[in-house]
Amino acid sequence: MTSYIFKRSLQSLLVLVIMSLIVFSGVNLVGDPVDMLVNPEADQMEIERVIKDLGLDKPITEQYWYFVTNAFQGDLGRSFIFGEPALKLIVQRMPATIELALFSLFIAIIFGIPLGMYAGLKPNTRVSRTIMASSILGFSMPTFWVGILLIMFFAVYLGWLPSTGRGELGSFMGVQSSLFTLDGLSHVFLPAFNLALFKMSSIIRLTRAGTREIILQDYITFARSKGISETRVVMVHVLRNILIPIVTVIGLEFGSLIAFSTVTETVFAWPGMGKLIIDSIYNLDRPVIVAYLLIIVTFFVFLNLFVDILYSILDPRVRVKETRE
Amino acid sequence: MTGNFKRISDFWTDFSANKIALISLLIFFAIVFVAVFAPIVSPTNPYDLSSVDIMDSRLPPGSTNYSGQIFLLGTDGAGRDMLSSIFYGLRVSLGVGALSGVIALTIGSFFGVSAAFFRGKYETIVMRIVDIQLSFPSILVALIIIAAFGKGIEKTMIALILVQWAYYARTARASALVEMNKEYIDAARCLAFGNTRIMFKHILPNCLAPLIVVGTLQTAHAISLEATLSFLGLGLPVTEPSLGLLIGNGFEYMYSGDFWISIFPGVALLITVGSINLVGDHLRDMFNPRLH
Repeated sequence: MTSYIFKRSLQSLLVLVIMSLIVFSGVNLVGDPVDMLVNPEADQMEIERVIKDLGLDKPITEQYWYFVTNAFQGDLGRSFIFGEPALKLIVQRMPATIELALFSLFIAIIFGIPLGMYAGLKPNTRVSRTIMASSILGFSMPTFWVGILLIMFFAVYLGWLPSTGRGELGSFMGVQSSLFTLDGLSHVFLPAFNLALFKMSSIIRLTRAGTREIILQDYITFARSKGISETRVVMVHVLRNILIPIVTVIGLEFGSLIAFSTVTETVFAWPGMGKLIIDSIYNLDRPVIVAYLLIIVTFFVFLNLFVDILYSILDPRVRVKETRE
Repeated sequence: MTGNFKRISDFWTDFSANKIALISLLIFFAIVFVAVFAPIVSPTNPYDLSSVDIMDSRLPPGSTNYSGQIFLLGTDGAGRDMLSSIFYGLRVSLGVGALSGVIALTIGSFFGVSAAFFRGKYETIVMRIVDIQLSFPSILVALIIIAAFGKGIEKTMIALILVQWAYYARTARASALVEMNKEYIDAARCLAFGNTRIMFKHILPNCLAPLIVVGTLQTAHAISLEATLSFLGLGLPVTEPSLGLLIGNGFEYMYSGDFWISIFPGVALLITVGSINLVGDHLRDMFNPRLH
C-alpha cells in the first residue's frame, strides 16, 4: 500500500513538473515574455523593473527556476487589469466556483443514481427507455446552449429565476455562500442545473451499466435464492457494488465540473474563477492566466491522486496489480 | 468477396433493427449533404457582402423583405439569412470535427497498436501518458492550449486532436492485445513479415470496429467542444463562423427577445451531435458481446 501511494505520488509530481514546463514555455518561448508579462501600458522604467524582478535577463534554465520558486512562494505576478496579485484574485473567486460545482454535483447524484439504477433493473420498460434517450440528449446538448435555453425560458420568458450573478450571500459557520440565503439559492439554481445536466447523464449511464452487469452475477442470484427481499438485494448488494466505479467517477467529475464551470459561469455571469479565466484570456491578462493554469492543474493532479488512492483502498485488486507492474 | 458482402449485409440487418439509430443515420447523411453542398443548397451566400442588406437585420422567422426574399429562419443582427448561415456553419463545424477526428484516429491507433505490439517499457510509458491525459477534462486541455499558446484555428485543431487521441490509443491497444494472441499473427511472423506490415496490415484492420464506435462518439464530442470554444470566443476566428460562433452572436440579442438568432444554430448543433451519438451508441451496443 505504502509503495503504491509513493509511486503514485511520484507520478503526480512528474505531471506537475511537466505542466509547469508547458505553461512556462507557452509564455516564455512562443512569444516575447516581456510583451506577455509586462503591462503593455508600462513605461521603460517599469519594464526594466519587471524584467529584473522576473529574471528575464537571465538564462532560460535559471528563469524557469525563478518561475517555480516564485510560484511556490505564492507570487504569480500582478494582474494587468485589476492591479492586484493574480493569486489573490483567483482565491477570491474560488468559493463561488466551488459552491456552484458542489451544488451541481448534488443535483447530478440525487437524480442520476436512482434513475440509472431503475433503468438498469428494468431495462425494457418505457420509463427506462425514456431515461436512456434523455441521457443521450443530455450528452448531446452542449452545456452553453442549454444554459441559453434555461435563461430564455426561466429568466426571460417566465421571469421566475434570475439569470446573472450570485445574489445575496449568507454566512454560516464562517463560510460565505449563496447557498445560505433564499435569494442566493434562486441565483445558483439555474447555473447549477445547467452544469449538472451533463454529469447527470454520465452518472445515469454508468449506474445503469453497472447495475446491468451486477444483476447477472452469481451472488445476486444467491442472495435472491436465500429469500432476501428485493429491496435489500437492490439497496445493499447491487448499490454497494456499483458504488466503486461511481465513487471514482464522481471524484473525477467534481474536477471536471470545476473545469466546465468556465462555460456555465460565462453564460450566467457567475463571478467565479471560470469567468475570470475567460475574461483574462480575452484581455490577455497573462499573470492571471498563468496563475489559473498552475492552480487548476495542481488541483487536478491532487484530485486524481486522491481518487486513485481511495480507489485502491476500495478495491484491493488495483493496488496488487499496480505494485506488480 | 462474397464473405465480405455477407458480413456487410448481416451488419446492416443488425444495425437497421434499431429504428432510432437508422433514422439518426439518415439524418446525419442529410446533414453531411447540406454541409458539403452548402454553397448550392443555401438560399443566399451569407458572407457575400453584396447580397446582405443591413435593412433586413433581426427579421423574425418566415418574414419577407421588400424585394420578396423569404427568410425561413429569420435574419441575424447584420441582416444575414439564418438558414444560409447555419448551412455554412455546419460546413465549418463538421469539417473541423471530421478533420481533427481523422488526425487523432491516426495518431491514436498508431500509438495504441504499437504499444500492444512491442509491450514492455514503451507500452507502459505510452499508456501512462494516455491515463494522465484522460484524467484532465477535455475543456481544460483545450483551455490550457489556448491560454498558453493563444487563439487561432491551428491551436483549436491541436486542442481538438489532443483531447481525442488518447481515447483512440486506449481503444486500439485494448483490441490489438486481443488480436496479438490469435493464430494469424503467429502465421504472419512465420512468413517473416516486417513489424510494420503485421501491425498495420494485419492487426489494425481487425481493431477497426471498436475504433469506429469510439470515433463516432469522439467526433460528436469534438464538434461540441469546438462549438463551446467558439461560443466563448476562444475557438475559430470570426472569418470561419461555426455553429458555436453563430450561437454566441445570437446570445446578445436574446434578452431583447430575438430568440431565433441563437436558438436555430443550436438546434442544428444538437441534431448533428445527437444523431452521431445515437448512431455511435447503437454501434457500441452491437459490438458489446456482454449484452448478447
